[in-house]
Amino acid sequence: MKRDLICVACPRGCMITVEYEGTEVYSVTGNTCKRGEEYARTEIVNPTRNIASTVKVNGGVHPVVPVKTSAPIPKTMIFDCMREINAVTVDAPVKLGQVIIPDVLGTGVNIVATNND
Amino acid sequence: MLNYDLVVVGGGPAGMAAALKAKECGVKDIVILERAETLGGILEQCIHSGFGLTYFKEELSGPEYAARFIDLVEKTDIAVKCDTMVLDIDENNLVTAVNKKDGLLKIQAKAIVLAMGCRERPRGALEISGTRASGIMTAGTAQKYVNLDGYMPGKKVVILGSGDIGLIMARRMTLEGAEVKVVCELMPFSGGLTRNIVQCLNDYNIPLRLSTTVVETHGKDRLEGVTIAQVDEHLQPIESTKEYIECDTLMLSVGLIPENELTKNVGIAIDRVTNGASVDEMRQTDHPGVFACGNVLHVHDLVDFVTMEAQLAGEGAADYILNGAKETVYVPTTTGNGVRYIVPQRVNIKNPNDVKLYFRVGRIFKNAKVVLEIDGNVISSKKKIKLAPGEMEDVVIPASVLAGMTENSTITVRVEE
Repeated sequence: MKRDLICVACPRGCMITVEYEGTEVYSVTGNTCKRGEEYARTEIVNPTRNIASTVKVNGGVHPVVPVKTSAPIPKTMIFDCMREINAVTVDAPVKLGQVIIPDVLGTGVNIVATNND
Repeated sequence: MLNYDLVVVGGGPAGMAAALKAKECGVKDIVILERAETLGGILEQCIHSGFGLTYFKEELSGPEYAARFIDLVEKTDIAVKCDTMVLDIDENNLVTAVNKKDGLLKIQAKAIVLAMGCRERPRGALEISGTRASGIMTAGTAQKYVNLDGYMPGKKVVILGSGDIGLIMARRMTLEGAEVKVVCELMPFSGGLTRNIVQCLNDYNIPLRLSTTVVETHGKDRLEGVTIAQVDEHLQPIESTKEYIECDTLMLSVGLIPENELTKNVGIAIDRVTNGASVDEMRQTDHPGVFACGNVLHVHDLVDFVTMEAQLAGEGAADYILNGAKETVYVPTTTGNGVRYIVPQRVNIKNPNDVKLYFRVGRIFKNAKVVLEIDGNVISSKKKIKLAPGEMEDVVIPASVLAGMTENSTITVRVEE
């Protein structure tokens, strides 16, 4: 099978063509960097995404602090992950890089703060 | 009255990078004046990732990108005045500002960097009939509500305009449980980055309707719905295609306008296409010692390019402060076929370095060439699979070519199909 993808690894947005059967990738063309090839392979086998959201803070400057996944998680788990994030409240002070939820949903990926509050 | 070598107006990514570069080049007294409570500018509310891939070679969120520069500024003796509004700049580079602590401030600057950023085009700039129901806001305002203030502005959303902020907010609202019904785009192409259409709309099955606009809003106190319609080739709504969509929120992502009130007050020449100052390759305006960079100069798609541009302005300002005005022989940059604007608008051919020209095309081109022509000779011709108005392009004039130019030379960038 042949599938055309638009790479989301960086803002360049390369148009990539992948030839594959099931989860076996035969060829990746059209990418202009290694990240593109990696993206295309993952997209066929097990698509993943980074997500960014906010978590409630008690006693901070702002009522919420931004967070992100420390690594991409499977696309199918995005909304489950959002439920976990929305269930959490942290106390100020929060430091940039602080782990807010370790190993979210058993993925090995942490939810980390991306700003101080 | 206070005296500073360099006054930087705006503490976002452009202002911080310009101030840091000027410091690095040896400028002593620098102050950054920032309207908000903290440094960082609009990056503070851009919590999604995708920043820094070019400049830092890693993917950061907006606040993380800003934090890197805030940390660097804090490590220097650059003065920072937040909560401070600049009211006026006069022709002698005297800056008038106001804040709660100092009251009215008069600051005499040797040089000034304008880094005020841009603002969103509001509803009033569009011709949409209907009442002033609540629930109609710009995408950036909605982004502030959700990401900084921590509340949801609505549950059923229609987005008009497919600029990047609109696309990012379509995903953000969906993640938080809202239903984004449709993104309408007046033009036959999106103004946003292709990757954002993929990861913000396609990933969540949010429809993008091109050549479609909102013609009417409904509801008295709260928005209850909008009427959308397809437009013809003259961008006029086609009556028979009108369709009602129930929603409580309409977000507008219909363009950004550089915030140049201060610039205009000084009498600085403005480029009618970019709505920013007309500048040379070091980003100096036609007013000596006043430089401009970032989104106040022209709207960028990536903050990485803002940083790099601001460093040029910082370097230029430092050179002006430390060595005085330079000998200049300016040659204007001319837009050829398909090119909508070029920054810088003029190049000093006495500049000993390579000069990069940034430009945008006016429509989508496929399998085209970007041609740089100097004095009628093709200097470079680069193949491009795709050129789109939403993606800034660049082309370089090599120093060796610059050295051979005269005051009567011409510089043209054009697209060849």
